[in-house]
Amino acid sequence: MCVTCGCGSDQNHVEGEALQGHEHSHEHSHADGTAHAHPHDHDHGHEHEHGHAHDHDHGHGADAGHRHRHGDGGWHEHDRGEAAAAALGAAHAPGLPPSRRVQIEQDILAKNDAIAAANRQRLADQGIFALNLVSSPGSGKTTLLVKTIEALRGRLQAAVIEGDQQTSRDADRIRATGAPAVQINTGKGCHLDADMVRRALDQLAPADGSLLLVENVGNLVCPAAFDLGEAHKVVILSVTEGEDKPLKYPDMFHAADLLLINKTDLLPYVDFDVDAAIAYARRVRPGIEVMRVSATSGDGFEAWLAWLVRGVAAARARRDASVEALRRRVAELEAALGRGA
Amino acid sequence: MHEMSLAEGMLQLVEDGARRNAATGVKAVWLEIGALSQVEVDALRFCFDAVTRGSIAEGARLEIVTQPGRAWCMPCGTQVPLAQRGDACPRCGSHQLQVVQGDEMRVTEIEVV
Repeated sequence: MCVTCGCGSDQNHVEGEALQGHEHSHEHSHADGTAHAHPHDHDHGHEHEHGHAHDHDHGHGADAGHRHRHGDGGWHEHDRGEAAAAALGAAHAPGLPPSRRVQIEQDILAKNDAIAAANRQRLADQGIFALNLVSSPGSGKTTLLVKTIEALRGRLQAAVIEGDQQTSRDADRIRATGAPAVQINTGKGCHLDADMVRRALDQLAPADGSLLLVENVGNLVCPAAFDLGEAHKVVILSVTEGEDKPLKYPDMFHAADLLLINKTDLLPYVDFDVDAAIAYARRVRPGIEVMRVSATSGDGFEAWLAWLVRGVAAARARRDASVEALRRRVAELEAALGRGA
Repeated sequence: MHEMSLAEGMLQLVEDGARRNAATGVKAVWLEIGALSQVEVDALRFCFDAVTRGSIAEGARLEIVTQPGRAWCMPCGTQVPLAQRGDACPRCGSHQLQVVQGDEMRVTEIEVV
């Protein structure tokens, strides 16, 4: 307990952390008759040093009690009067509960990541191949999705979750293809998070073994940090943008597994260095897969569609393998029960 | 602006921690933010003040400890400092780098009363 002002208690030291000190001054009357005041601060452990070696009476102004170390290395302690305790105590709120530091050690995104993990498990259980498509606004994501869904008709079932700040225009475009789509409006939000996708999945109820395309909000910054439970982030960069975007927005390109360079039909008209774009992307994400496509002309689409078909087949195979493993396990347990009986 | 979401995530961790410790107030929050993480620290401070208003952590001090970036350089076979993503290995110039430190965004401690 700080005997100078009555604040706190011995419990002030919890988990090794000293609590906040305070500053104040004490007046000293010296044997030679002079008096001076000197300010000092101290922790609540309440030891402090006086750098003066001389005799003095402690006629403290506030009659405060505390411990002094003198120049000779010695200590002395003195108490203070009750009146001073009451006056100072009132100002300093004695009996204030002691503060303490406690460990948290948790990732800021822990909650989002837990929901994303649950989404991922749910998608895996259904054998669904889910992609999170990210890009700047205007890279051609929605047109790419519409063309992809049309091209896959009869080969794969696809469903779409559309993220935009406002309007359901994109979901309407997707629904016009006949594919189920749910629009998420983030309002002021700049990205989709795992919980939005969880709720959209409840509403969308995508079919087992299907392809789920999540079109994130057009933004090359914020969506990079938020796992939605997808198998891969796919970043789309159109040739009407700068080829140095992977260097300017490295987090997003780092987070992606596939780069689609879109609008390649416009290459003759723009100053876009495809090789440089790929080299920049591989600086921030060594090994990123790259495909060149044009959603309007269909150039490069075969490779992209084949990649999607392989992904869906792998998701289905993993689901079937886990279902098969579960069946085998049930059969084993039944057999063991039979032997026991 | 995803710092607003991050600040909300922080507040949740802080509130959970305060509840577990039967605290009546939160005086300070310690964060570990990696130099390569996707956080703009000034924006995060601003958002933290905004989301904690009216909560148990209103007025809490935010202490941010920055972790420098480090990466494993595959050609060198050793760890090297990395100031930002996209930078080359300072030893060999390669970009075959795997980040091993600096992408943290963690609430490490809180001071409660």
